[in-house]
Amino acid sequence: MAKKQQSENEDILSLANSLRWELGVDFHDTVIESIYADASRIARKTVRTEGEKPAYNWDFKIDRIVTSRWLGFPIMFLLLAVVFWITVSGANYPSGLLAELLIDTLHPVLKNGATAIGMPWWLSGVLVDGAYLSMAWVIAVMLPPMAIFFPLFTLLEDFGYLPRVAFNMDSLFRRAGAHGKQALTLSMGFGCNAAGVIAARVIDSPRERLIAIITNNFSLCNGRWPTQILIATIFIGGAVPAHWAGLVSAGAVVGIAVLGIFFSLVVSWGLSKSVLRGETSAFSLELPPYRPPRILQTLYTSLIDRTIFVLWRAIVFAIPAGIVIWLVANIHIGDLSLAEHFIRWADPFALFFGLNGVILLAYIIAIPANEIVIPTVLMLTVLSTGMHEMGEGAGVMFELDSIADTENILRAGGWTLLTGLNLMLFSLLHNPCSTTIYTIYKETHSAKWTLVATLLPIVLGLIVCFFTAQLWLLFFSTAEAVG
Amino acid sequence: MNSQHDCENCPVHHRENLIRLGIAMDRVDYVVALAGNPNTGKSTVFNNLTGLRQHTGNWPGKTVTRAEGGYSYGEKRYKVVDLPGTYSLLSTSTDEETARDFILFGRPDVTVIVADATRLERNLNLVLQVLEITDRAVLCLNLMDEAQRNHIEIDERNLSAELGIPVIPAAARQKEGMPELIAAIGEVASGRYVCQPHRLKSRSPKLNHAVSTLAEKLAAQFPGLPNLNWVALRLLEGDQSIIDAVRTGELGKLSTGILSPQS
Repeated sequence: MAKKQQSENEDILSLANSLRWELGVDFHDTVIESIYADASRIARKTVRTEGEKPAYNWDFKIDRIVTSRWLGFPIMFLLLAVVFWITVSGANYPSGLLAELLIDTLHPVLKNGATAIGMPWWLSGVLVDGAYLSMAWVIAVMLPPMAIFFPLFTLLEDFGYLPRVAFNMDSLFRRAGAHGKQALTLSMGFGCNAAGVIAARVIDSPRERLIAIITNNFSLCNGRWPTQILIATIFIGGAVPAHWAGLVSAGAVVGIAVLGIFFSLVVSWGLSKSVLRGETSAFSLELPPYRPPRILQTLYTSLIDRTIFVLWRAIVFAIPAGIVIWLVANIHIGDLSLAEHFIRWADPFALFFGLNGVILLAYIIAIPANEIVIPTVLMLTVLSTGMHEMGEGAGVMFELDSIADTENILRAGGWTLLTGLNLMLFSLLHNPCSTTIYTIYKETHSAKWTLVATLLPIVLGLIVCFFTAQLWLLFFSTAEAVG
Repeated sequence: MNSQHDCENCPVHHRENLIRLGIAMDRVDYVVALAGNPNTGKSTVFNNLTGLRQHTGNWPGKTVTRAEGGYSYGEKRYKVVDLPGTYSLLSTSTDEETARDFILFGRPDVTVIVADATRLERNLNLVLQVLEITDRAVLCLNLMDEAQRNHIEIDERNLSAELGIPVIPAAARQKEGMPELIAAIGEVASGRYVCQPHRLKSRSPKLNHAVSTLAEKLAAQFPGLPNLNWVALRLLEGDQSIIDAVRTGELGKLSTGILSPQS
């Protein structure tokens, strides 16, 4: 019975095949034409338009400006800069409050509580100094900027600006052999790369979707902005006269973000010319009418859908990372902790790339969440330089109230302007966080492409850091020799 | 075909296929699918129906995953499934296939098509394609407020007569037209309103012949299969997912009510 049915099924398919031959190639168009003809006939019968269309003119005028050849990109960067400026300046105060509550107040209470109930030092270390503190850091550092960034981004979305961004960037991406909608996934990545990777579902062709997924990590995500801003303020802002410091360091951060877009395009181009070769598919992008954003609803939904969601997964991943960080700083082999062993071993190699062992270790153990890189770097620097009067003790991540104190620690750890610059570059060009890696795997179902998406940015980052370091050394040693 | 309308409250959705498509079917009387072009306010309609607050963004391709919610009306429980916004059901992109497979294989009791009243002609292309694959649909003519501002008038009664389905004007952002939409969904779901959906006719005789030849074969092999002509047309076009459904015999399970024996 089953056999017979199967062969009859195949009969139907071969009949379809032969009929298809008879019909010729253009019948698909005929079908579509008949749909369009009916739609047009019905519309003519039922729709009546009176007079001019005044509301469209507004849209048209705004579009003329925001998608114009000369103003399109400057307006885009300006809006981006304004969004980041509001995010950065607005997040400072609530971040400080949260840090005071969760870290300065609650952490000692928990620590004392643990001692009072007779918890062994290592257990309270793992739980309170490791797990709790890393969670507290993620909340304090991430929550305020996300609670500001996502609603702002969503308002731009709601207003209808994002499709215009895609429209502006379309030709760039097409020249890179990628899909125009990649501009949308790229913008999404500025909020969170995992979200950007999921958003790549809007791209039809598997080839172009893969390109969008692999290159999404080049969008500087929310978790990396604080690192960029802090390091730029200390090292880049510190290298120029004080009244220029703010502008120059903000410019440096936007520069890194633009560099990320540049890498996105270059890598897309490279992929589409090599392993992911193929035709660029055409797509039609409808520019929807501008609509007044609904502010309250936007605030609510972006808080629930995005902020809390992203924060939650960051916490889930940060807790185990906190435990590992505490352990590597407290498990000793001989005189030195695991962390110090690694730092000493990696230092020569890292200096070659203009980085140092602390940065490498911090990036390895902070894979779960980019947000805890800076606190980890500070803790490890103090640990490895033996500045025990600073900070909170081995394995305890901390951040300092004043940027000047942070600078002192980093300079004592041997940091220079080059280290700062290369950290900024490496922060842009390194593996995606573990959530994003997992998301890439879930979206592509391919271990191979997940591996490519993970390793490609690190290799690129090391190359870029290497050349920056070598050029820097060449330039400055020559300058010194001349001077 | 006619016997389908005899039992008034008999849901037509295909429970097993719906479960396979990932829909939890506990305590659900009717399944409602939401289809529509991107950026027509489909997610806003979804939120209004279900009271959920799915994020609604003003850009195409925003809903990349399927969202679900529910409401009850007239002692019946409705499950609403928000499909990805698409311009057509004919291409092979993932989101269009998701939408099409859901309507075709899940066979929702009602498919609500949300259309932008200010761009009706373009939206009708999708409406007509949806009507090719389902008998039970409601057109939600959204953004009527914008249409009014643009001095666009739509003759809803005439449109409803042309399409053979209820047409409900609405302004979802202002929550206007939602009670009427819910009522119309109820009418169609319960079978009190019998749709006579518009079907495409203007085809070449050669194509009509090919379609009917193939449809005859299909009818013999898969008795009771709805939308024979549409399936035949897709086979002629070489639609891979339909070809696979024929090859594995999956298509047989679409036959009304009766499941073909699992072999």
